[in-house]
Amino acid sequence: MRKAGSFDKAVSALRIERCYQCGKCSAGCPMGSVMDAPPHRIMQWVGRGAIDRAVNAESIWLCVSCQTCTARCPQTVDTAGIMDEVRALAWREGVCSPAMVRTKLFLEAFLDSVRRHGRLNETELIAKYKIRGFLSDYKMALLLKDSMLAPRLIKRGKFRLFGGKSGDRDVIKRIFDKCEKVAAAEANDKTPKEAHHG
Amino acid sequence: MNLLLGYYPGCALHGSSSDYESSIQACLQAFKIRLVELNGWVCCGASAAHSVNPLLSKSLSARNLAIAEREGYTELLAPCPLCSMELCKARHTILEDEEHRKQLSDIVELPLQGKTRVINVLQVFESIGQAELREHVKQPLTEVRAACYYGCLLTRPPKVVEFDDCEHPNSMEGILEALGASTVKWNFATECCGAGMTLAREETVIELSHRILANAVAHGANCIVVACPMCHVNLDMKQEETRKAHPELPQLPVYYLSDLVGLAVGLKESQLGVDKHFVPAELDLLSEPAETR
Amino acid sequence: MEDLTARTAEIPGVKCAVHYKYMCSDPGQSLVREKIVEEKLDGLVVAACSPHMHMKTFRAAAKAAGLNPYLVEIANIREHCSWVHEPKTEMTTVKAMDIIRMSVNKVIQDHSLEPIKVSLVKRALVIGGGVAGIQAALDIADAGHEVILVEREPSVGGKMAGLSETFPTLDCSQCILTPRMVEVGQHPGIRLYTYSEVEAVSGFLGNFSVTIRKKARYVDVDKCNGCLDCWAKCPSKQNQSEFDYGLGQRKAIYVPFPQAVPARPVIDPKTCIKFQRNKCGVCLKICKANAINYEDEDKIVTEEVGAIVVATGFKLYNIGKKQDTPGIIGYGEYGYGEYKDVIDGLQFERLASASGPTSGEIRRPSDGAEPKNVVFIACVGSRDPAKGIPYCSKICCMYTAKHTMLYKHKVHDGQAHVFYMDIRAGGKSYDEFVRRAIEKDGARYYRGRVSKISEENGKLMVSGSDTIGGEPVEIEADMVVLASAMRPSDGAKELAQKLKIGYDEHGFLSESHPKLRPVETTTAGIFVCGACQGPKDIPESVAQASAAAAKVQVLFSKSELTREPEVARIDEINCAACSACLRACPYSAIERAEIRDRGGNLVKYTSRVNPSLCMGCGTCVSVCPSKCADLEGFSEQQIYGMVNSLI
Repeated sequence: MRKAGSFDKAVSALRIERCYQCGKCSAGCPMGSVMDAPPHRIMQWVGRGAIDRAVNAESIWLCVSCQTCTARCPQTVDTAGIMDEVRALAWREGVCSPAMVRTKLFLEAFLDSVRRHGRLNETELIAKYKIRGFLSDYKMALLLKDSMLAPRLIKRGKFRLFGGKSGDRDVIKRIFDKCEKVAAAEANDKTPKEAHHG
Repeated sequence: MNLLLGYYPGCALHGSSSDYESSIQACLQAFKIRLVELNGWVCCGASAAHSVNPLLSKSLSARNLAIAEREGYTELLAPCPLCSMELCKARHTILEDEEHRKQLSDIVELPLQGKTRVINVLQVFESIGQAELREHVKQPLTEVRAACYYGCLLTRPPKVVEFDDCEHPNSMEGILEALGASTVKWNFATECCGAGMTLAREETVIELSHRILANAVAHGANCIVVACPMCHVNLDMKQEETRKAHPELPQLPVYYLSDLVGLAVGLKESQLGVDKHFVPAELDLLSEPAETR
Repeated sequence: MEDLTARTAEIPGVKCAVHYKYMCSDPGQSLVREKIVEEKLDGLVVAACSPHMHMKTFRAAAKAAGLNPYLVEIANIREHCSWVHEPKTEMTTVKAMDIIRMSVNKVIQDHSLEPIKVSLVKRALVIGGGVAGIQAALDIADAGHEVILVEREPSVGGKMAGLSETFPTLDCSQCILTPRMVEVGQHPGIRLYTYSEVEAVSGFLGNFSVTIRKKARYVDVDKCNGCLDCWAKCPSKQNQSEFDYGLGQRKAIYVPFPQAVPARPVIDPKTCIKFQRNKCGVCLKICKANAINYEDEDKIVTEEVGAIVVATGFKLYNIGKKQDTPGIIGYGEYGYGEYKDVIDGLQFERLASASGPTSGEIRRPSDGAEPKNVVFIACVGSRDPAKGIPYCSKICCMYTAKHTMLYKHKVHDGQAHVFYMDIRAGGKSYDEFVRRAIEKDGARYYRGRVSKISEENGKLMVSGSDTIGGEPVEIEADMVVLASAMRPSDGAKELAQKLKIGYDEHGFLSESHPKLRPVETTTAGIFVCGACQGPKDIPESVAQASAAAAKVQVLFSKSELTREPEVARIDEINCAACSACLRACPYSAIERAEIRDRGGNLVKYTSRVNPSLCMGCGTCVSVCPSKCADLEGFSEQQIYGMVNSLI
């Protein structure tokens, strides 16, 4: 059973209790038609405490954070914000729907780059993502996909082999450490939570 | 107009969207607006940070806001709408939630008051004003029939970014019309292009981009105007692939708003980086019928 | 309690103290009566619940035992003490004791009072001539009392006159309403002021004075014989019809609809060629009755009435960007009302109505084509706090089901789609009616809201949700009908302020008690009924109207009214006539008076209270610099006594 007191607090601050399941979020979601569980269903699961269902959904990794749901919610629920919280919880717990492993790898590679340089190094990001992705599913086609874009990007001066670096990299590492520490503490939060199915 | 603005380029403008940076720099120079890059800025963490650690996301943006405050900028231009929205969101939290402000200040190791206002490119042009824009025009954009594409985050979430009408925005139209361009009424101005899903779910992004391009064409546009590097990637760089999946779709140039302002005030395509687009975007092409391109 | 009773008995001035669990019960009251007689009491304090609950009960008991009812005080030790403090603690008991002691000190200085008698005018004013106003007016008039019915529009009938069929019976709205309209027009007891508005109201229960503005009609109603030749011949034709909600057109001289009561036209100077360009004059030329008067002006009339029924009805929320009320926001995602084929429920009623602009054929406004796919969206504005309207409009579920039926009955090969959140069909034969729409007439119901409507190639793309199926749904519609929220009609708030009655945060008029006084307002003699009090359907509006009428009849059944005597009194001998009280009085109950000697010589001026107007608020007491104003039953001495008992 999960202990998730701080998660409850976070989604409550984003007004999950107000969700009355009208489905307007799903109706306007650009990814709604390809999601296994559209946003309103994630909201329902979060609202009734079926968090396992929510963190295992593919759709949380398909959300593009376009904020349409939040902007149009009649009950002013911050739907996109709650999607973030569910993803963050899944991340902390290392849960991910098998079909979405590549998305997770991309995020990992992205944050890794920012942590080390303070800014994104696109070359490093793509390389790392491609290689890790390949190691996860051995799909040669995906490894080579878009590789033909590289020379064209270089030609246009849109490809910087060595990305910029921020000057205060020590501070940035400390920021990452502090935020991850808070997240880890939240993951171990001992506030009991009522039983749920999942 | 002799203005100095704090400038937060963000990673995209220093990476694969360098053409956007050159476009903005060149264009604003023509209006005597100087951009001073924020010293030691850090990546806003983009979708990756807010997806997996909302606190990290806010902290990274808070760090940038704190730097801007330290350097004394009253306004900070963030041309990438994602960076801009993240900065606005962090500022919103700083101003509304004292407890959170203290926590963030502690994490980013700098004092933090939320003094610096975050603005997007459209707001810079709006502050220049239609009258002054009109005065600067050397080459009126009479051939341009633009579909103004705002995407997701220029206007959303409305309570955070507090810019224009989130369902029917029209600030970009106002700017373009001052340059002699015409704009079309269409239905996808604020629909999402799929943004960062390009790598993970390319086929979906292609479908979303196709809807946008096709709707612009159907409503008589001969180009799309954007103010977002991600939108530009999906609509311009990926257009060839989109057209492979939908061969009936004609080629449609995709401009940054600053490209068109720059061209109208007499800058060259190469100065603005328009020649670096994937879809040929020389202005002369607009006078030809789409089918021949 | 026993302890409290014992300690009460020791308070100076207390003859006896008794405890009984339910003092308000019959045996409890007997006990009170017995004690008054046995102990020869000249004052009574009941330490119990709020005087709002049982003051009446105990005053009656005192009166029955021969004690003046105004020598009764209630010490509220429930709402003011035990309910709001920790139970069974010493401090709670101490506070209860303090409250009782204060009341004892007050009752010691009470003196006998007699209720004030006031005459009353047995004539009622009904504001609003919709179905609720019509019902109330007819009921009161049939009971033999005069009624003045004021209606803002040129005809009575209200929203109901524009409806096609009514749920759940599908009987024709006009067919059932017009006989009642005719009755109102012909009733000898009803005086009709159409195209008129209430300008000001003064006075009080039984004696209101009402100023009514009769808007210039440019047609002399008395001379006009109702032939309506002017209506037929007027060349200014293309003006948006208010009655058809902009879907149809009307002339510059017009009656809103053929069955209008009175069947007397009005001229709209904004669209009349005579007024705009000083040409035409056709109506004047052809009028055989010589009733046209271009020089007509607004007229102000004053009427005296004893009771007022407010029945000003509702209007629909519009989805436009511009809104009339701060906090209410338009629906950008549905196009802010810019798409011609996105209409609201009342507009659909006109399309479906045989007397409507399409003679009852379902034709969409943009090109007159028959729509084959129609999407109906429930809860537009309603239950949408983000747009500023959190409440349910109550009638939309039913009329949307009705609309799908009417549509299917007229367009056999058409398909109705309904997006809804919940189906609220509580009412006799209501749920069966909704099921009939689905089962017999094939309406497709999708449980979910619509996120966006956009127009594409003459079609309306409706992006909605099917939350039960668990997926987004996109429908290409030819027409969209919005079940927009019910809002109070324009000017309801301003009218409420003139009448000094309450309204809620949405502008609906407030009843005095939601359960036990549902048609009374907090101002005596003013009643509410129909949708101005809150969203409701026709049967409810009619029932409430009859209830309001019954209340008026109860009032009119008395030959004179009695008022509570706890009003202000001025010490006229010492009053310096500074008029501070006169200016401060919110009820205009104080006047400047002269005191003369027997020879008729002026001795002095003084302020004087009109006890039939005074509400006993005490404002004059607090402003009087020479302490000459005081309140019966709450005198300064009594208040000092109460405060003193605490020290």
